[in-house]
Amino acid sequence: MKTETLAALQDARVKRRAVTLATRLSDAAEALVYRDDAKGELAGDAAIVAAAQRAMDIGKSETADIGDAKIFLNVYVPPPRLIIVGAVHIAQSLAPMAAMLEFDVTVVDPRGAWATTQRFPGVKVIQDWADEAFQAMGLDVSTAVVTLTHDPKLDDPALEAALKSDVFYIGALGSRRTHAKRKERLAEVGITEDMFARVHGPVGLNIGAKSPAEIAVSILGQIIEVRARRLEALSAPKVAAA
Amino acid sequence: MSDALEVLDQVGKWKADGKGVAVATVIVTWGSSPRPVGSQLGVDDGGNMVGSVSGGCIEGAVVKEALDAIKDGKPRLLDFGVTDEQAWDVGLACGGKVQVFVEKVN
Repeated sequence: MKTETLAALQDARVKRRAVTLATRLSDAAEALVYRDDAKGELAGDAAIVAAAQRAMDIGKSETADIGDAKIFLNVYVPPPRLIIVGAVHIAQSLAPMAAMLEFDVTVVDPRGAWATTQRFPGVKVIQDWADEAFQAMGLDVSTAVVTLTHDPKLDDPALEAALKSDVFYIGALGSRRTHAKRKERLAEVGITEDMFARVHGPVGLNIGAKSPAEIAVSILGQIIEVRARRLEALSAPKVAAA
Repeated sequence: MSDALEVLDQVGKWKADGKGVAVATVIVTWGSSPRPVGSQLGVDDGGNMVGSVSGGCIEGAVVKEALDAIKDGKPRLLDFGVTDEQAWDVGLACGGKVQVFVEKVN
């Protein structure tokens, strides 16, 4: 491994950019393969680049036989991230449970009395409006967004921004009635019925959750399920596309 | 995944301090091996380690090979089988096999 490779891997992590390091086991020749770019000695080999990108999609490192060479594909994908909008009571259960599941957790709330690190030890807390915060953080395909405030002023802009991104999960706390009204409001800002269908609401698996901690479990259960199904679909054998 | 990046952070620090460094990576596993593919162990020329490739049973052998790789600069492919009996001794529920790639950081 080259020192520059090491630096590039660290840089990719900071930028939450997925990368696969392809290494030829016979001589340690390398390529750093991104979704839209490839660098290094092996970067000119289209078969290696394609295999590295596929491994990245599935999120699984593996050793592959490519041509006559054994190539190790080491996948570095950013950890899944959970953004919780609303530094409310349920968030105080949801944030530590998600951190335990190795999510990179951020709590966003513009209200200073709520968005404090004392209420949320060990996770990132941003005191800002969700749409502003999202812009600074950059939503990506390994991010989940959950809104918990019940307040349209706070939840709606967050949902609108999340729906216009490719986050893998969107959930919104609130009853069926609240959810139906939410759909009407968001239609006014151009969110169609098809787009709105991505929002899980009422949020969480239907396990009869009552307490904040139980609701947190039902939300995380749903996020785990959505994420696992998505990865399963990506790893299913694909028919070679033209 | 985050473990692997912690390893690379420490390896980067050692490198910046002018030390000779090697990285060992689990590249293939069979059966119930203790650490998944992609797990890494960083080793400096003083024999210091960060990370793990097995949870303890093969680290000693891997460090020795890593020190050799730091000296001669050649990558190495190592095969380890953990028998059920050995696995029991090191606290693993059952046996497994791992292949580990060791390379110097240049």
